[in-house]
Amino acid sequence: MTATLRAEGVSKAFGGLQALSDCSLTAEAGRITGLIGPNGSGKTTLFNAITGYERIDAGQVFLGDRRITGASPQRVFACGIGRTFQLTRIFPRLTVLENMLVPARRGRSSRQHRERAMELLAFTGINGHAGAPAGTLSFGQRKLLELAYVLVADPAVVLLDEPAGGVNPSLILHIADRIRELNKAGRTFLIVEHNMDFVMGLCHQVTVLDSGTVVASGPPDAVRNNPRVLDAYLGIEADDD
Amino acid sequence: MASEISQAIAAGILGGCVYALMAAGLTLIFGVLDIINVAQGILVVLGAYLSYVLSVHLHLDLLLGLFITVPAMFVIGVAIYWLFIRPLRGAERTSMTLLACFAVGLIIEGVLYREFGSNYVSLTTWYTTATVHIFDFYLADIYLIGFGLAVVAIGVLYLILYRTTFGRAVRATMQNQVAARLIGIDVNRVSALTFGIGTAVTAIGGMVYGAISGGFTPNSGYDLISRLLAIVILAGMGSIGGALVAAVFMTTVEAVVDIWQPDWSVAVFYLAMVIILTFRPTGLFGRRAARAQ
Amino acid sequence: MTDERNRHLLGRSLPVAGVGALILVLAAFPLVFTNPTATNFGIITLVFVTVASAWNLFSGFSGYLSLGHAVFYGTGAYFLVVAAKDWNLNGSAVFWLLPLAGAVAALIAVPLGLVALRVRRHTFVVITIAFFFIAQLSASNLSVTGGSSGALAPIPNWASATYNNPFYYVALLLAAATVVLSVLVRRSRFGLQLRAIRDDEDRAAGLGVRTMPVKLTALVLSAFITGMAGALWVYFIGQAVPQFVFDPLFDLAVVLMAFFGGLGTIAGPVLGALVLEPTQLYLNLQETNGYTSEILFGALFLAVILFLPRGVLPTAAEYASSEWARKLALRVRSRRGRTDPADGEGSAAAPVGSEAAGTTR
Repeated sequence: MTATLRAEGVSKAFGGLQALSDCSLTAEAGRITGLIGPNGSGKTTLFNAITGYERIDAGQVFLGDRRITGASPQRVFACGIGRTFQLTRIFPRLTVLENMLVPARRGRSSRQHRERAMELLAFTGINGHAGAPAGTLSFGQRKLLELAYVLVADPAVVLLDEPAGGVNPSLILHIADRIRELNKAGRTFLIVEHNMDFVMGLCHQVTVLDSGTVVASGPPDAVRNNPRVLDAYLGIEADDD
Repeated sequence: MASEISQAIAAGILGGCVYALMAAGLTLIFGVLDIINVAQGILVVLGAYLSYVLSVHLHLDLLLGLFITVPAMFVIGVAIYWLFIRPLRGAERTSMTLLACFAVGLIIEGVLYREFGSNYVSLTTWYTTATVHIFDFYLADIYLIGFGLAVVAIGVLYLILYRTTFGRAVRATMQNQVAARLIGIDVNRVSALTFGIGTAVTAIGGMVYGAISGGFTPNSGYDLISRLLAIVILAGMGSIGGALVAAVFMTTVEAVVDIWQPDWSVAVFYLAMVIILTFRPTGLFGRRAARAQ
Repeated sequence: MTDERNRHLLGRSLPVAGVGALILVLAAFPLVFTNPTATNFGIITLVFVTVASAWNLFSGFSGYLSLGHAVFYGTGAYFLVVAAKDWNLNGSAVFWLLPLAGAVAALIAVPLGLVALRVRRHTFVVITIAFFFIAQLSASNLSVTGGSSGALAPIPNWASATYNNPFYYVALLLAAATVVLSVLVRRSRFGLQLRAIRDDEDRAAGLGVRTMPVKLTALVLSAFITGMAGALWVYFIGQAVPQFVFDPLFDLAVVLMAFFGGLGTIAGPVLGALVLEPTQLYLNLQETNGYTSEILFGALFLAVILFLPRGVLPTAAEYASSEWARKLALRVRSRRGRTDPADGEGSAAAPVGSEAAGTTR
């Protein structure tokens, strides 16, 4: 049971800085969409806007045909959208397993909840650390934990903020594999990433953001060769008009 | 009746400025260091006792005494920061620093009790009892002097913050500590000096308070800190201008209420605070709760 | 691995045995030390054990430090005094007022919590301080509480030799019940959510934790117990005077005890109270100038904050477990003759990958 996540015409300014102008983005149901762009282009702000961590000045956000513009993070979560953070936000003093048990149970009994938690920990590969305080996990392991616990509530749409950032290569492949598996099962993904190989190898669709606006959108190959994208990243002059 | 009220208002405004000065110190410390210095009340009392010692034992005029007490309190402030606050780190830093301030305040209170006992003392000189005749009521000279001092001090504070390089560093640290560090600002030094400044103003506040209050003991610190906290919360943490407005407003209302209900007049502070917090948790002028805990 | 299971069982039964022994010791205490001063110490210490644990139940688990718990304490105290007088109660019957006193305190915790829990932690502490002063002011000025001279509690007609004992056992019961409650809360989902709020409230909210009801419930529970403790204490002491009922030092002492023992743990506040309160009482007896204890408390607090920020128990546990873990690792190494990949060195490699890498040496 998945749905399309759509942002239309989203604008957000911080004081004098226009972080997002008229951004439109579609993460199609059952597909993996990548969101890339140079530093400061507004990717995380867009994420925050969609998931209710920032108020937007203009625009709308839809999940399926349900309008979720301006919903609080709790409501967004309740609608079935899960998200991770660039700088992992886990509960350091709780054990890894306890971290998994924090998200709301959604009608499961506590035993089923626990079992599912252990399943997901095994799925991501950190079940060996289930009893350790989450604060003792390494950075890469925390990323896995974050991935695991957003999945506990069975979100239809998963937003990942730099899942491969700062993680060593073998683990990146591991994460990519897991995402593919989850996607095959029908989950929609929207992934912000800097790692081009990761994005291009994984995503069905890529949207490029530069200085708060969408400059390109399409399959990875098309985007990779798009001159406007190259311009955004490398500052190469586009062909004269 | 009208003259009583106008007298109360005048006293309130003038007194309010003194509270404003002390509240400004509190807000400054909060803005730069992210700490609520709950010892500010007892520090004011300490300042008052210092003035008392200088006045009674060394026969130094109160105003002249300020030239000693202000630097002394500044040094004490820097020392408190450096010894007890700077070493604190970790996830619970905000709570710890608050408790550390509480503990320091307690120690100071205990020491004051040991030195001075629990008798009421007050600061008196020729101008604490002299009054000036304005319109149809009398206003104690000391109120005007206190007001003058407060205005001067706030002016100096403003000059420091907005016209010196140091002040720029302070404002930068207030806005973003990490960025300030990155551009070479020695945040520790700025913090220490700011804490010192925030404490130094209590020397002035202490002197005026000691003269106006009609008697204080080490226990008076609680009354003071509760008012200062109410002011700062009402104004919103981090807004110095707001603290000024809130201080004057609340002190004035209290003075007016005092005419009818002296026992409950201080409740004005608390009531205002609770009301504001119910509708605007970040205070009237406060920054939106953007800081991480 | 039977080693692990054995360790697990030992780990569970040892504390239970320890606690059982402690309770027996405490129960026998008044029978052994019949000196009223001793039972006096015992009662007050047990009251502090209760309040420290109750405070920890809210503040330790949620991370919202309350410096105004005296409000609940005082409310319970004044309720008992007023109710005992109005309903003409004395003797053991008064003890039945305790749960009522707790309920009244719990009731006022609701509006207080609704106002105070909506703000960030900084401001929260300050608001609790303000509430504390409001309460003190009210108690001093309202006639129902007897104004600044206070109100008297009924004095039961018990034999002076064993006068303290009923109070002692009620206090012991209350303390034990509070500890049990703490354990239950910590193990429950409610406790988990509370602790998640402590670690990262926004994240918890974003994951569906209903933060306000959770925090409020913890506060109400804490207030309920603290109110009962206050009522018991005032009945024992015999009178309620605003300065002593609403005493900032009291709040600080409670916080210090919890911090000292270990904030957020269960045994921490108990340990803190058992160690610090008798010390304070003893010092008060020795020193005629009562303000020394203020200075000492302040200094001790600073020392704890600076040097033992997590409290005695967690620091000791960590030290012990790291020592223990090192010895275990040494034994494993010498037995198997190779480096254990699960050495806890926190490498960034994928767990699956590293396990594989380790065995294919």
